[in-house]
Amino acid sequence: MLKVENLVVRYGMIEAIKNISFTVNDGEICTLIGANGAGKTTTMHTISGLIKPVSGKILLDDVDITKVPSHKIVSMGLAQVPERRRVFAQETIEENLELGAFTRRDKDGIQEDLRKVYDRFPRLEERKKQLAGTLSGGEQQMLAMGRALMARPKILLMDEPSMGLSPLLVKEIFRIIEEINKQGTTVLLVEQNAKMALAIAHRAYVLETGMITLEGTGEELAKDPRVQSAYLGG
Amino acid sequence: MSGVVMFFMQIINGLNIGSIYALIALGYTMVYGIAKLINFAHGDIIMVGAYLSLVLLNTGMHWSIATLLSILGCALLGFTMEKVAYKPLRKASRISLLITAIGMSYLLQNSFQLIFSANPKPYPAFINLPSLKLGSITISSNYYTTFIVSVLLMILLTLFVKKTKMGKAMRSVAEDEGAARLMGINVDHTISLTFIIGTGLAAVAGILYSNCYTIISPTMGSLPGIKAFIAAVLGGIGSIPGAVLGGFILGMIETLVKAYISSQLADTIVFLILILMLVFKPAGILGKNVREKV
Repeated sequence: MLKVENLVVRYGMIEAIKNISFTVNDGEICTLIGANGAGKTTTMHTISGLIKPVSGKILLDDVDITKVPSHKIVSMGLAQVPERRRVFAQETIEENLELGAFTRRDKDGIQEDLRKVYDRFPRLEERKKQLAGTLSGGEQQMLAMGRALMARPKILLMDEPSMGLSPLLVKEIFRIIEEINKQGTTVLLVEQNAKMALAIAHRAYVLETGMITLEGTGEELAKDPRVQSAYLGG
Repeated sequence: MSGVVMFFMQIINGLNIGSIYALIALGYTMVYGIAKLINFAHGDIIMVGAYLSLVLLNTGMHWSIATLLSILGCALLGFTMEKVAYKPLRKASRISLLITAIGMSYLLQNSFQLIFSANPKPYPAFINLPSLKLGSITISSNYYTTFIVSVLLMILLTLFVKKTKMGKAMRSVAEDEGAARLMGINVDHTISLTFIIGTGLAAVAGILYSNCYTIISPTMGSLPGIKAFIAAVLGGIGSIPGAVLGGFILGMIETLVKAYISSQLADTIVFLILILMLVFKPAGILGKNVREKV
């Protein structure tokens, strides 16, 4: 589904991503775990086309999207739930969801997906005329997920969905990620909360200061002593 | 003339100049909202619009076609200005953009001085509808036309921004450009469209202004431009209703000060308002203090 090959990203003189390669297979949940500053968000932004890499390739279903502008990538089936959710605070919930479907023209399909989002997140429907800025952190996370789903993506990128949420809400969000995945959407998840991420991931990579240092199934990495000592507090 | 009639006339004057300020302020505020740029060349677009329409009217062209072509010409200029001067600097510091905008303003003024000379030229006013008589007050057609056209355009703009897909794209780019990109919104197109609309409105303002004052010069845009900028700040820069409100308030204050206090002090007071506003309420009357939950 998604293939990243020898990606290098620089901010001025600083090399944020130093030659990483990874693959997300059709239908799976793949996770990149790593500490603050490891380059997780940079990777996500580069895949979505917000940052252009110095070298390397990004392939979506074997199509090279490295040089495709960000606004076209969405209609190719890749949507992202960004770090800190970044909902449009001045717009209502419904308007946020409509913006998620910005690239689509199939009115009936959009209505159908809006229905699905509301069924999945009933809280959003109750408050659809409210400004998104008035929502709590957890509700904003749900809105950001709903908004990304409105693009009807083949692959959903999720950047730190657990950030700033209570443990109970984190559980709920991860349950929903699994559910979305079971209904057929491939997921690339980036997390600092390694324990939760590894528990739901089919495959996982460890990212450290711009390099991939380990890879394996979620289970394997959860048992790996190096991962345990560095990321799982054990 | 009785005091009441005189006061009423001043109110009409204030609404007239206020609607011109509001039209110009809309361009300032929209461009700021989306590109985070104070386009100081925006005032000079009024002048370009006035000269374009003068040249076209002098060829004997019907006023409606001349007006339409002038608006299109200014929109094209706005589009080009953004692509050539501002887009390459989008990642540069704010100060570089600001200096470029001031440079753009001088470039326009000086090239028009070169082409048309610095001397003011008479403008063939074409708004010649019957005057409106309300009791002992006569309102000339320039005045009510300016007001009606401006208000109509403001309503259309508001509907465009609120209801259309492109309008929604504009709002979302203004709020969070990166998130807008993730929605699949073409930010470059959105910025271009903003410049086109803003400069188109400024062209209309220029033509209405010239119809009222019937004399145009290459520097005619700078003072109304600065005042419209103050209007935009007063209303809350970035806010569309703020620009309209600021424009009308400023026009009204300026007219009333001219009529009842001193015509020499009018500009002083207008600039004093800007200073006071920046000191005490920098976000403006309708400006949003953006606060985010994290």
